[in-house]
Amino acid sequence: MSKVNMTVNGKSVSRDVADTTLLSEFLREDMRLTGTHVGCDTSQCGACVVHVDGRAIKSCTALAVSLDGADVTTIEGVADGKELHPMQAAFKANHGLQCGFCTPGMIMSGIDMVERYAAEGKTLTAEAIREELEGNICRCTGYHNIVKSIEEAAGQMSGMAKAAE
Amino acid sequence: MSEGIGARVTRKEDKRFITGKGKYTDDIRMENQAYAAFVRSPHAHATVKSIDASAAEAMDGVIEVLNGAQLTGDEIGNIICGWAITSKDGSPMNMGAWSALATEKVRYVGDAVAVVIAETQALARLAAEEVLVEYDELPAVAMADKALESGAPEIHDNAPGNLIYDWEIGEEAATDAALAGAAHITEMEITNNRLSPNPMEPRSAVATYDEAEDHYTLYTTSQNPHVARLVLSAFYNVAPEHKLRVIAPDVGGGFGSKIYIYPEEITCLWASMRTGRSVKWTSDRSEAFMTDAHGRDHISTAKMGFDADGKIVGFKVDTIANFGAYMSLFSSAVPTYLYATLLSGQYNITNIHCNVRAVYTNTVPVDAYRGAGRPEACYAIERMMETAAREMGMDPGELRRRNFIGEFPHETPVIMTYDAGDFDGNLDKALAAADVSGFAARKAEAAGRGKLRGIGYSCYIEACGIAPSAAVGSLGAGVGLWESAEVRVNPVGTIEVLTGSHSHGQGHETTFAQIVAERFSLPIDNVQIVHGDTDKVQFGMGTYGSRSGAVGMSAIVKAMDKVEAKVKKIAAHTLEASEDDIVIEGGEVKVAGTDKAMGWHEVGLAAYTSHNLPDGMEPGLKEGAFYDPTNFTFPAGAYICEVEVDPETGVTEIVQFTAADDFGTIINPMIVEGQVHGGVAQGIGQAMLEQVVYDDDAQLITGSYMDYCMPRADDVPFYTIEHNTTVCPGNPLGIKGCGEAGAIGAPPAVINAITDAIGTNDLQMPATPQAVWSALQSVQTKMAAE
Amino acid sequence: MYETKYHKSSSVEDAVAALAAAEEGKILSGGQTLIPTMKQHLAAPSDLVDLRGIDALKGVCMDGDTVVIGAATTHADVASNADVQAHIPGLAALANGIGDPAVRAMGTIGGSVANNDPAADYPSAVLALGATVVTDKREIAADDFFDGMFATALEEGEIITSIRFPKPSKAAYAKFPNPASRYAMVGVFVAETGGSARVAVTGAGADGVFRHDGLEAALSGDFSEDAAGGVSVSSDGMLSDMHASAEYRAHLVGVMAKRAVAAAG
Repeated sequence: MSKVNMTVNGKSVSRDVADTTLLSEFLREDMRLTGTHVGCDTSQCGACVVHVDGRAIKSCTALAVSLDGADVTTIEGVADGKELHPMQAAFKANHGLQCGFCTPGMIMSGIDMVERYAAEGKTLTAEAIREELEGNICRCTGYHNIVKSIEEAAGQMSGMAKAAE
Repeated sequence: MSEGIGARVTRKEDKRFITGKGKYTDDIRMENQAYAAFVRSPHAHATVKSIDASAAEAMDGVIEVLNGAQLTGDEIGNIICGWAITSKDGSPMNMGAWSALATEKVRYVGDAVAVVIAETQALARLAAEEVLVEYDELPAVAMADKALESGAPEIHDNAPGNLIYDWEIGEEAATDAALAGAAHITEMEITNNRLSPNPMEPRSAVATYDEAEDHYTLYTTSQNPHVARLVLSAFYNVAPEHKLRVIAPDVGGGFGSKIYIYPEEITCLWASMRTGRSVKWTSDRSEAFMTDAHGRDHISTAKMGFDADGKIVGFKVDTIANFGAYMSLFSSAVPTYLYATLLSGQYNITNIHCNVRAVYTNTVPVDAYRGAGRPEACYAIERMMETAAREMGMDPGELRRRNFIGEFPHETPVIMTYDAGDFDGNLDKALAAADVSGFAARKAEAAGRGKLRGIGYSCYIEACGIAPSAAVGSLGAGVGLWESAEVRVNPVGTIEVLTGSHSHGQGHETTFAQIVAERFSLPIDNVQIVHGDTDKVQFGMGTYGSRSGAVGMSAIVKAMDKVEAKVKKIAAHTLEASEDDIVIEGGEVKVAGTDKAMGWHEVGLAAYTSHNLPDGMEPGLKEGAFYDPTNFTFPAGAYICEVEVDPETGVTEIVQFTAADDFGTIINPMIVEGQVHGGVAQGIGQAMLEQVVYDDDAQLITGSYMDYCMPRADDVPFYTIEHNTTVCPGNPLGIKGCGEAGAIGAPPAVINAITDAIGTNDLQMPATPQAVWSALQSVQTKMAAE
Repeated sequence: MYETKYHKSSSVEDAVAALAAAEEGKILSGGQTLIPTMKQHLAAPSDLVDLRGIDALKGVCMDGDTVVIGAATTHADVASNADVQAHIPGLAALANGIGDPAVRAMGTIGGSVANNDPAADYPSAVLALGATVVTDKREIAADDFFDGMFATALEEGEIITSIRFPKPSKAAYAKFPNPASRYAMVGVFVAETGGSARVAVTGAGADGVFRHDGLEAALSGDFSEDAAGGVSVSSDGMLSDMHASAEYRAHLVGVMAKRAVAAAG
């Protein structure tokens, strides 16, 4: 067991965890944040994607103990109070989800790719979105509406970023 | 904006999913919860000599290790197949015994022999490795054709030669005679590749036994919790139905694989009684590949004869269907009544014969997967049609048109009666949307880039909304396939609809609310859909076979009819008018042509206060109904796929995919399009990417996403979706169903396109880069030889 | 996962000491391969020594014409690094194609090279560019480093600290991904320096990454697609599995070599 301090969705938390505890297990079982899902055991499906220190990672492939001091954001932490994040709103508006299981990972990856492309000054085309989604598998939607959702959110997020300038 | 029938309203259920607040089975944690891990056979076929659990039981935190002898000792029954098929010689099918925990023999890799119950999941899994099982290995067989060969290892004592049944449909002699007189014969060997359904949420179960009440509660990943309760009670003897509550909360996709009752749920229930603990089991993906029912896996030879005008004179198919090591719940119906009965396709064919041999192998059980039998039928027919057109030098669309059924109802020689359709209209829409007239130019342009461009068609038909209970009963089904609903109007006028359908991605909470909103002129937010809990909903047959619209919503309509009748009686009484003059519109219940009206909520209140109801009327406003369909429904469509093949590598890119579907009435086009997108992606997956592989010793090679190729975002295109509507005459809303169409129609369109591009018809699914490259090599070798 | 003890090292010396003290220690440097392996009970290290807290192992710097990449630099950071992009754009592109974005945010170059997975991308770049693997003890030339599938010249407890990539005249990588895993089914890295070409192949060889003499001979002096296309690649020693036969892999080596040469410009 080791003591781990983290910021999770803006709140400081401190827990004793086994050295073998995965971040996904820590979030789901210790923090009871069950929006982070686990859909495979080979780090390929992406249902478990969360943000650690501003970067999307697979929480099923990171040890909680190794993330002492990290700032973690999960699907439960992306909305601004009752105001949905534009990525969340776009998934709803574009029917970007069906069973909902892959959705948290899709949204977290979607936000990450939009922010990275914006930071690098690159355009996030539909083709780029499809490539960026290599690590997120959906079995329901055939991806059509997921790509549309991320495209739409990217537009809105860049609009918001411009408005904030 | 209208929220009623035909409106593209966003989904009511989305908010909880996009905010991480969905409640899936693995999200549930009970007080006093323990965890199960299964001890599984590493061998495909072996006798179990002994099980020594002493080391595992000695581990700190291990509660108990249970085995199959204890399970059968407690009289837990064998898992059964619920549809009896009779062989052509009149003998019943040979169903081998399937115990939730194997006792004397294991028959596939992953067959469970024991279960560890421990304080944590990690500990349970570690302890499962410490259970020492001594096996005597037996020879094993994975391929169905090999299992039929003499000398193949026999898997069940009561199934000599591994044959489960040898069944036929149609007239063989007449078909042979018709083929003998044909001007042209097209003949093909057709493999329908074995698939793993892979809903993204792995299966999970949490079972709790309440000793004081002698009552069980099971949370589980089910498409049909009432069916689960029925078989758990009636066949597996876990508990009588009134002592067992089954809840399927949010379920992360099913595609058929969550219809069945698996050993793990049965074992968790039983173990909760044995240990006095809530017992949770959640599959990981590796376990899912090993134990979730697979789909498809047919080997067929097909022969289609045409007259000089290109009219089909006969169609003969011989199919071997791999059933795996045990007969799963619906397995027997899939390659028979869900497959061979669709072999007429969209065509007027007088003579059809199909023979099906169902075969045991040392592989995980095979059962219904999205489409279930109909993709196999469609693939056989539509590859034959395209190939025949090429052989006869005809346009593939024209060959189909010459054979399309144009008048309805139409009775096929394989016992289906198609009730409505417009096959020419579907094809017209697809041809226009796909800009087929511009294909030649696109092909030439692609050639300039070194790419081989091809186009392929598929005109599919399916039988959905399964199905009339008396009809399926006469064909061997162990259950009726109706649906139930209850419509409860609250005193404030809001409505709860209790349905036996189950939503695991289909958006019922929205679409079902739309039909209620339409009928009673209410906002959909005033309607709540309740499903998935046997304590709340009286009964239901669940969601599969594209039935929730055609059957589930029809039950709601029947219940609404009764509510409406009572509402009109109350309003007529209150407003002192004739019932016939009462109309419901604009949130009010009105006397037509007057300004006399009651608010909808006032009617609800009147029903519950019961201060002034018509003489003899019971208080309250709640009605239930059971709806038994009168026929299957027949969604149909035309799909056109365009691909570009890189001849250097064999890599195929789908550059255009057009679907023109006739689903009858559409309640929510947004949701229906989503179903087509997902179905087509699964069809593309089958055609180009996915394939379960066992080696010669029946060891599973594709045990994870490292080797089983799931469609990813860059494997698929944006899809063009068109609708052509002929209303289904068989149900009150005119719905045909849309859930499986894409998975049925897409595979032949894709393969027909690739074979067009590479210039050979000799290509099986999945058309991986390697398969396409190899096919191209043989074309070049052949050309060089000529 | 079997029980393990986690150590976060703040210096290379720390890490060396922790490894030495461990019964069966393993280095954690991103964990994108090791953690899944442990989850499946296929690895059971007594101790995990995490290198990602060691600042000295992170980042990219130039040493004359040599690009020096710290062992604990993530694939994402290599891909987006201005020096790598400017001097060896083919290497930046390779890093940008490893796994998926979430994996690239965690996985490191040192972890990948030390693991020497036969389907990993980086080993081909290290070998083709004639890089030098720097450890806490010594410098190892790429040609001496890789030693068959999952095997390297690293000794027990030896830690890669950086990899030194000399700047080539031209270099590029072309990958044919396994359709399922998206690892390299065939990956070819070509590099030309002063008229001499090096070609390394990953994903295809039964013994892991290897240099292809025929392609190197053809491309040395004539670094062109045609030269690459004229080489017949033998299927001897190629991997064969459900995704690709040895013959198909051999064919793809030729095609990917051509495409890499084209990409190198």
